Amino acid sequence: MRSQRLRGASLAALACVALTACATTGGDTPADDRTSSRGDRAALATGLDGAANPDPFPSTYRGLPRENMAIVGGTVFDGAGQRIENGVVIVTDGRVAAVGGASTPVPGGHRVVDARGRFVTPGIIDTHSHLGVYPSPGVQGMSNGNEATSPNTAQVWAEHSLWPQDPGFNTARAGGVTTLHILPGSANLFGGRGVTVRNIPSVTMQGMKMPGAPNGLKMACGENPSRVYGGRNQSPATGMGNMAGYRAGFIAARDYKAKWDKWREDGEGSPPTRNLQLETLSGVLDGSILVQNHCYRADEMAQMIDLSREFGFRITAFHHAIEAYKVAPLLAREGICADMWTGWWGFKMEALDAVEANAALVDAPEGGCAVIHSDDPELTQRLNQETAAALAAGRRMGMDISEERAIRWITLNAARSIGIADETGSLEAGKRADVVIWSANPFSVYARADQVFVDGGLAFDRMNPAYQPVSDFELGQPGFGLSAANVTQGAR
Amino acid sequence: MRLRTLILAAVSAAAMASPALAQSLTAITGGRVLTGASVIENGTVVIQNGRVVSVGTGAAPSGARVIDARGKVVTPGFVAVDSGLGGSEISSVSGGQDLRNAANSISASFDVSYGLDPWSFTLPVARLGGITRAVVVPNHPGGGGGGHAHDDSDFAGVGHAGFQSPGLFAGQAAVIHLGPDLAGGVADILVRPRVAMVAPFGEAGASVAGGARGAQFTQFKETLAEVRLYARNKAAYDRAGLRDLSLSRADLEALIPVANGTLPLIVTVRRAADIQQVLRLAREEGVRIILDGAEEGWLVADQIAAANVPVLLNPISNLPGNLETRAARMQNAAVLDAAGVVIAIKGNEGSTHRAREMRTNAGNAVSHGLSYESAIEAITVNPARIFGMAGQFGELRAGAAADVVIWSGDPLEPLSDAEVIFVNGREQAPTSRQFLLRDRYATGGEGAMPPAYTR
Repeated sequence: MRSQRLRGASLAALACVALTACATTGGDTPADDRTSSRGDRAALATGLDGAANPDPFPSTYRGLPRENMAIVGGTVFDGAGQRIENGVVIVTDGRVAAVGGASTPVPGGHRVVDARGRFVTPGIIDTHSHLGVYPSPGVQGMSNGNEATSPNTAQVWAEHSLWPQDPGFNTARAGGVTTLHILPGSANLFGGRGVTVRNIPSVTMQGMKMPGAPNGLKMACGENPSRVYGGRNQSPATGMGNMAGYRAGFIAARDYKAKWDKWREDGEGSPPTRNLQLETLSGVLDGSILVQNHCYRADEMAQMIDLSREFGFRITAFHHAIEAYKVAPLLAREGICADMWTGWWGFKMEALDAVEANAALVDAPEGGCAVIHSDDPELTQRLNQETAAALAAGRRMGMDISEERAIRWITLNAARSIGIADETGSLEAGKRADVVIWSANPFSVYARADQVFVDGGLAFDRMNPAYQPVSDFELGQPGFGLSAANVTQGAR
Repeated sequence: MRLRTLILAAVSAAAMASPALAQSLTAITGGRVLTGASVIENGTVVIQNGRVVSVGTGAAPSGARVIDARGKVVTPGFVAVDSGLGGSEISSVSGGQDLRNAANSISASFDVSYGLDPWSFTLPVARLGGITRAVVVPNHPGGGGGGHAHDDSDFAGVGHAGFQSPGLFAGQAAVIHLGPDLAGGVADILVRPRVAMVAPFGEAGASVAGGARGAQFTQFKETLAEVRLYARNKAAYDRAGLRDLSLSRADLEALIPVANGTLPLIVTVRRAADIQQVLRLAREEGVRIILDGAEEGWLVADQIAAANVPVLLNPISNLPGNLETRAARMQNAAVLDAAGVVIAIKGNEGSTHRAREMRTNAGNAVSHGLSYESAIEAITVNPARIFGMAGQFGELRAGAAADVVIWSGDPLEPLSDAEVIFVNGREQAPTSRQFLLRDRYATGGEGAMPPAYTR
């Protein structure tokens, strides 16, 4: 009887870890309840049981003031593959209520937003950003993206480095970016946890943190870890050292997880000592933390897939996947997204075989998941253009790809790549109303994001300075408050 | 199957080996011609013997090969500035990297022209972006545009962002074309060596001199004084009858044309305050300068215009990457242009592998207030003008080099392709190593025979 109650309690705790949506409520469970479920056993001291509080830095995201509205008359790319001319997007209580053609009924009381001659898309999602952790200005004291002190730093969390005053959040928003996944850098085999944020200005990280979004684990293949540690006469110094390092990490994690599982199961003996590094890797093993794997080369991707089988976890996405096109059918079968640039190449050996048609080729097989990402505070402002270049490259080799399909590379596929496709990434009823109204077709270099809505709240308006936020850092700096030429402009 | 055909790929691969001859009379008709300085609807561009014969609205001359460009846009080949094309294969691989040099005795005298490789695989990639000429500059601290390294790998101190040149001067730039004859003739891409001297200022320049800007300006003036002393007393120098000078003889020689104002000095500088100082320095020393970077230039646009100093800039640099770019704005290009400054628009990351993005950079400048005409000038006629080669390339006009590109649409749009490319009148195969890779894996790469059997 006692053990059954314990079992039930531990499963509930585990389930809470797995279903991250309940993570925000995990902290609401009074500690006393958990104690009582273990009968006469004392609870672990506060902070020693990771499952007791799986969300110790909870989101305080509230969203911006919002109003119900109907965006009418624009060309809608819904992010899920549809193009609707003269479309209607109904936003109610911060969610998409309906999307359809001109005959879609507009509820009474909804403000009508005229999008005639303009284009409407879901908010852009950048799956690979270092905003806040490698912020502007990138000066001494601000380089917080790489805990390059050990090849395994799975214990560090990017959110603890995130500086919300990075002006790059504002410029990204002016480019239509409403959601970002902020990762640690790629110096280490296990770089640490990534965090998904809503792109609204905030004084605190928690105020941007997307409720319920799963953490990522940044892993890195290839040249960076072996160069950094090999240069210190440490392992890994080679590709084989990289692989041995991942395996050692997951062996330890399996062992750690088994100990906790056993302790939760039978409650006997001393509890394992909490270890943040192994806790993160355990989260990968139970599927609650998504592997975001910096990996350029096709042969390395295939090895990482085998590694994931050896230890029983899934890789969600390969990032900077320069050679994804060489194994596109494999990635499609495995259900792994490839997050890519279009134009970056040649900056190191593992980036030599880049092709602009990478995304188009990854997208081609059934089930392929092509994503265009930035990894860069400038490129994130123009992910629509980077996608246009990728689309053009596919078309140039004879592939018949529509714009409504290609826009998925920075919307729905991107959402899938960071595990939030149920919440955002497309304009479909029930999802968060993350919407961009573009001045022109977003596949044009001349298109500007006119209005950007996050959860139905107006976060940026190109025509209205009141909706062009500037970070604390930008206040009073050279050029502040001066308008450059007679140009109607957004921030910066 | 969403691939229309793979035959094109085979054709282009074959064509790669045998570029069309430059001599034949060719007329490109019916297109929207952007000459670089004007627009001609339904225009006719005639080329022969590597040069533009005429640009107008007349009929094609008899006997000419006619290329129908109806519905297309015809432009001069673009001119990349602040570029590394032909001088760097893979940025992080030092063996293929001929843009940086760390010898103390060779700084100003470093001449990139000797290290340029006509067979570089960077050239066809850039060409597909419509680029037919480049001003290749030595790497220098603070160069390459922007302070952000790719894929967060700068932590280990690699990449040119972490590069320190040994002296105040990084060396001398060269002009190249991107249409070498690789079919057995003399494969030369050099158009003109030593077209400009390069020197970093601002934070990067200060760090060379010891850390402070004041030290660099003092050292710069002292250096020019030594150069002048040397120039006046070469005979004494040669018989060791002159006081010790801080530079090598080669560097002193290289700086004489800078000191006497005949060779322009490309000054990489970002902060408005530094731009003002550099303008004053140039005036006081009689040095001709070209500003490079100039992210905060818009704050002092009128001063730059009054000094008649041109600017090489990247219009998408809008973040305060460090303390000298806090006023960076997307409108920089528009403001400088409006003030009357001659601007050239750069590609990204040192305009080598990502040189091809210069056309969309220009498009982004347009969406932030620059006129379309000025944007085209900034990637065609202006670079030629800035480096003293106006009329020789970067413009469709009689007598200019026949660098002509036919575009599927507006060349500033990412959805447009450079379909036909002439360099010096020689038609270039529209392919690259990247296209060969792309085509090899076009069908998934999982056939019975490994992809290695496909070429």
